[in-house]
Amino acid sequence: MIALLLRDLRLAVRAGGGFGLGLAFFLLVAVLVPLGIGPEPSLLARIAPGILWVGALLACLLSLDRIFALDREDGSLDLLATSPIPMEGVVAVKALAHWLVTGLPLALAAPGLAVMLQLPGGHGWLAISLALGTPALSMIGTFGAALTVGLKRGGLLLSLLVLPLYVPTLIFGAEVARRGAMGMELGTPLALLAAITGGTLALLPFAAALAVRINLR
Amino acid sequence: MSIWEYANPKKFMQTSGRLLPWATGLAAAALLIGLIWGFFLTPDDYRQGSTVKIIFLHVPAALMAINAWLMMLVCSLIWLIRRHHVSALAAKAAAPIGLTMTVIALVTGAIWGQPMWGTWWAWDPRLTSFLILFLFYLGYIALWSAIDDPDTAADLTSVLCMVGSVFALLSRYAVNFWNQGLHQGASLSMDKKENISDVFWLPLLVCITGFVLLFVALVLLRTRTEIRARRLAALLARERMA
Repeated sequence: MIALLLRDLRLAVRAGGGFGLGLAFFLLVAVLVPLGIGPEPSLLARIAPGILWVGALLACLLSLDRIFALDREDGSLDLLATSPIPMEGVVAVKALAHWLVTGLPLALAAPGLAVMLQLPGGHGWLAISLALGTPALSMIGTFGAALTVGLKRGGLLLSLLVLPLYVPTLIFGAEVARRGAMGMELGTPLALLAAITGGTLALLPFAAALAVRINLR
Repeated sequence: MSIWEYANPKKFMQTSGRLLPWATGLAAAALLIGLIWGFFLTPDDYRQGSTVKIIFLHVPAALMAINAWLMMLVCSLIWLIRRHHVSALAAKAAAPIGLTMTVIALVTGAIWGQPMWGTWWAWDPRLTSFLILFLFYLGYIALWSAIDDPDTAADLTSVLCMVGSVFALLSRYAVNFWNQGLHQGASLSMDKKENISDVFWLPLLVCITGFVLLFVALVLLRTRTEIRARRLAALLARERMA
């Protein structure tokens, strides 16, 4: 499983795109929004947590269809299916690799962008909320990618399937970031965000593995 | 004699063929009585005026929008566990009806909200969770139509329906956390003696019955169509083989 993780990471870093793309997209969102709504600091400060969270969500979405599609094209997905690792493990490793490549850099970069967007405080909470929430986004996205792996042009369908599933994570994550910025008490949304991430990581690998098996039948 | 007999397409076609005219007729009668009673024979509310009458469409449609998803969930589980094709086809048949009910509930709510709340749309928890339900229906239907192989499509949509149900519930309570609502709480429940004034309650009950029957009739009709389409595809495939 570690070998598979290393392989996926190496592929993402070396073989064009994947790695920097999500981060660049995230940066672009943070640049384009002030251009669209005007540079007024108080307005930007109010919407910054929400923008960064929505930006992170879209950046995660961007690289989802690569999770299984490339492996399916060159046949390595079939090899993985016949390997001794259970499919649940394969799926979980794929989600972990996706998170290491997109979610973690986003969480680390977010405080810098928050300074640009005039967020008054709570940069640490923003990074924590992203670091805690993006694993759920990667896992849900892996499930969506598993559903659409058999399709030729699954990209648009994938976003239609995955975005409604992102709603609870987005709500609690943005709430943690917002309360952190205002210096309010944030234990409840933080606990709920952690609960969603934990539940997703525990249960969705089974659903995603089922979907992959159906698609490989 | 068990309920699984109806999983046999032939038996299902026989029974549903006999039931369908009854369900259609009763649905039409209940809706006609309920809506005429509700729209013309009830008094205006002393504060809301005649706009109160939109509940005769709004409440039953919203009820059926949620129940249609529940029915799809049960059908998906039956398909995944017992592999009865009729069940998967019934889930497929129910989705567009549920979608339509969701749209009816959203639109009638907007039409009522404009004079009453002074706005067509508010980011209220109930409204938002219905919008999210709408998106879930769209994704489900899109996945059905995107996959060519019928068994794969049935399997994948069933998995999506199960996962989606969990996330729809989560979203329902998450949006409660996110914003306090304008929408009134539940005014109908089984264990209260009087829910709303009987003048509105009785025609509303007739309307709800009508919507349930309408849903049953439409699901039966659409499932029969799906079964016939499946048979046709099988016949065409056999012809090509010969």
